[in-house]
Amino acid sequence: MILLWLIVIPIAAGAVAGLAGRWSKPAARWVSLAAVSADFAIAVALWVRHAGTLSLAGRPVWIVEWRREWIPEFGISFHLGMDGLSLLLVTLTFFLGIVSVLVSWTEIREGVGFFHLNLMWILAGIAGVFLALDLFLFYFAWELMLVPMYFLIAIWGHGRRVYAAVKFFIFTQLSGLLMLIAILALFFLHHSATGVYTFDYLALLNTPIPPGTATWVMLGFFIAFAVKLPMVPLHSWLPDAHTEAPTAGSVILAGLLLKTGGYGLIRFILPLFPDAARAFAPAAMVLGVVGILYGAIAAFGQTDFKRLVAYTSISHLGFVLLGVFAFTPLALTGAVVTMLAHGISTGALFVIAGAVQHRIHTREMGRMGGLWDTMPKMGGAALFFALGSLGLPGLGDFVGEFLVLLGTWPVSRVLAVLAAAGVLGATLYALRLVQRVFQGPNVHQWRLPDLNAREALVIGAMSVVLLWLGLYPQPVLDAFSPSPAVAQQEARR
Amino acid sequence: MSGSDFLALSPLIALALTPLAVMVSIMIRRSHWAAAAAAIAGLVVSLVLLGAAANAAPRQVTPLIVVDAYSLFYTGLIAAATLAVVLLSYGYLELQTINREELYILLTAAAFGSAVLASSSHYASFFLGLEILSVPLYGLIAFLAARKRPVEAGLKYLVLAGASSSFLLFGMALIYFDLGAMSFGEIAARLGGASFALVVPGSVLILAGIGFKLAVVPFHLWTPDVYEGAPAPVTAFVATVSKGGMLALLLRYFYSSESRGLSPVMIVIAIIAIASMVTGNFLALLQDNVKRILAYSSIAHLGYMLVAFLAGGSEGAAAATFYVTAYFVTTLGAFGCVTVLSTRERDADRLEDYRGLFWRRPALAAVFSAMLLSLAGLPLTAGFIGKFYVVAAGAAASIWALIIILVVTSAIGLFYYLRVLFVMYERREPEAPEFAVLPAAGGGALAVLAVLLIWLGINPGPLVEMIRAAVAALI
Repeated sequence: MILLWLIVIPIAAGAVAGLAGRWSKPAARWVSLAAVSADFAIAVALWVRHAGTLSLAGRPVWIVEWRREWIPEFGISFHLGMDGLSLLLVTLTFFLGIVSVLVSWTEIREGVGFFHLNLMWILAGIAGVFLALDLFLFYFAWELMLVPMYFLIAIWGHGRRVYAAVKFFIFTQLSGLLMLIAILALFFLHHSATGVYTFDYLALLNTPIPPGTATWVMLGFFIAFAVKLPMVPLHSWLPDAHTEAPTAGSVILAGLLLKTGGYGLIRFILPLFPDAARAFAPAAMVLGVVGILYGAIAAFGQTDFKRLVAYTSISHLGFVLLGVFAFTPLALTGAVVTMLAHGISTGALFVIAGAVQHRIHTREMGRMGGLWDTMPKMGGAALFFALGSLGLPGLGDFVGEFLVLLGTWPVSRVLAVLAAAGVLGATLYALRLVQRVFQGPNVHQWRLPDLNAREALVIGAMSVVLLWLGLYPQPVLDAFSPSPAVAQQEARR
Repeated sequence: MSGSDFLALSPLIALALTPLAVMVSIMIRRSHWAAAAAAIAGLVVSLVLLGAAANAAPRQVTPLIVVDAYSLFYTGLIAAATLAVVLLSYGYLELQTINREELYILLTAAAFGSAVLASSSHYASFFLGLEILSVPLYGLIAFLAARKRPVEAGLKYLVLAGASSSFLLFGMALIYFDLGAMSFGEIAARLGGASFALVVPGSVLILAGIGFKLAVVPFHLWTPDVYEGAPAPVTAFVATVSKGGMLALLLRYFYSSESRGLSPVMIVIAIIAIASMVTGNFLALLQDNVKRILAYSSIAHLGYMLVAFLAGGSEGAAAATFYVTAYFVTTLGAFGCVTVLSTRERDADRLEDYRGLFWRRPALAAVFSAMLLSLAGLPLTAGFIGKFYVVAAGAAASIWALIIILVVTSAIGLFYYLRVLFVMYERREPEAPEFAVLPAAGGGALAVLAVLLIWLGINPGPLVEMIRAAVAALI
């Protein structure tokens, strides 16, 4: 029941905020803030309550589960379940949910009610994706994220927002439809094997699939997740969408939406199609490394602050793809930590990019330079998160990428070495970003207000989390360890 | 005819009497309100009588008409949709100064024809139903004769409908010549096993007549012009009631006359389905007129329904019927929005009319968005469940090629739905908000349709069960 609340609260709050926004803009903001805070509190409470049991071996995998019949005619149930992986990602979801409400506080001035309606519904959809244990429900939630995100980009975005929004929509919708076909194929394969019509994840896990068919069905899922992740060459929607979206949109896109792709790989591809995934792993790993290098090189070439950060996402998420398909527990753990740390560090960079853009109305780095003089706190924060992004030991990203590299080494040394070269590339683009924006002479004579209390609160909280992930990741590793164990076990079967 | 025959026929009889009731009300005193009320009363009575008829069903009443769960389901659907159209027309016609009352005579008469189609089990009732449906449509399409386009559209429809009827008759004649039977059941009995030279060409000609009403490629040429030219509520009627009755007949005819066994005919239908999905979606991309966009999109949607038909079996028929229901709700809602935005002079069919609608009239824009998203097949809406059901039925029947075409073309379809959608949310310079009052009848109908749309999208279970029970009568 508590899991249902995680989804229902944002949906209800969105509706309330949408209506309230017509009369009072602050009301819409406060309602949304209260809703995401409440959900965050629930997620943290669940974590605290189950912290002791999460790391024990032999525990039931799902710490909370909730199930009701929904459309029994089609074998569809409303089945939610939370394990360590879902718990981590749901917590991240509502943490970044709070961040995105706060960063929109003054940035969004028009259509405030409708903005928060969209924001809340995206978060509900994302939470639904992380919690759904019924494939139909999963697809439902997967699509629920889509339309509000489209509106968020298309209405409150910048510059070429319509182009970016439509591109985002078409990419994700088309890949989502491929996934729907794959889900249905699985549904019918299960029926022909057992005579039961069901979309239940736990039932479908044990579906015997002929190897040839399995590859095709897996590809249907894989393409959907690879577009979201995004995997090169299916990434071309990302730079546009991230760049043109409002700050909250960028934070959610980079911090959460991309993670649904990684989550899907771990939750569905590995356990459902262990053999096909194993056969496909070399190709996926190569694509992951291509993404790491391509993202780093492309990021280095950008002159637009947000676009640069967008390309770094491609690079970081390449590590996730690599880690998932390396098929070692270390690499898989690394992939999950990378997902979390990337959500925080890249999210924070987008917050800073948004704050800069809000002040000087441009994202061109050529128009910046020397901003440290006038905004030392923001400069320091940017340096901190840039260091996180380049993988400085002590910050979260390092832990994740290090574990991925460590886990990949026994599988393929060549790929591990090439991926490590990607970390080197990260150093170049991250330092160049700080240099061009904040250091050097203040040639344009900017006189700008530094971080205000609200921004400082957001940035401060994000830095604490990133430090925590980097210095003491054990609680996260504990929370997650049962889940990859299961995934590995399934993969080995 | 016995008492229970009359009981079984009672919804149809009520529908047949409704145009007469409207006529009488006009004779007594010409009042728009009274005429609409008479039409509504007739439709409601017929809906209420469905319950009584269900007790007498299934029943073959004369060789012409069969009353079973399936025909009653479609009759209910047709009556309910006509009710919605009447409600929408009321506010729309209030703006006009011409004689308005006759519209309700024509609407209810056409609805009767459509219900006859859904209940027919014989070529004679098939043809009679078709003509009862078609003839009032000529008048309906050209109803606003003072405008130029409606007359042109009505004339076009008249000529093409006449031609298609003659194809249909010729097809029936060929099959009758070969088999000597006109009732669907007897055709099935005589077809069994043996091969006849004229049955396949005859079936293809019949298909041409059916295809014209359904507006599937290549019989779709009238669609955009008629959709654009006809008054908005009439367009809603043409898009739903007239197609729904014909689709009911298509399922009934092919299932109960065993014509599904004629593989050349099924191949033709598959080609028609593919052509409709591809053509409808691609040509809709090129349109700037909302009614024309919806016209091409409806061509594509009928293509999707044919995929369900081709999937066959009870699930195929159920999927097609569910899709029709979802399509009814969605299309009525979409054209309902066009209707309530229309002015005295012209219908709100330009994309420009919708620019920034959300910021002026958020509730109406939200309803229209929901309808467009349902047409596009996004979750939370009836359209999604419909598409899901069609794909599921297709997957069960392993017609993968058709399903993949369905998926790819409906992804293309997103483009033009999004275009309309985005225009509505586009920011305009701040201006004085419009406080246009929605006509109560039309606004109420739209609200009900919107609730229904979301309800079917979230909880389709009861309807699916009902439809499964209804199509069981077909198999």
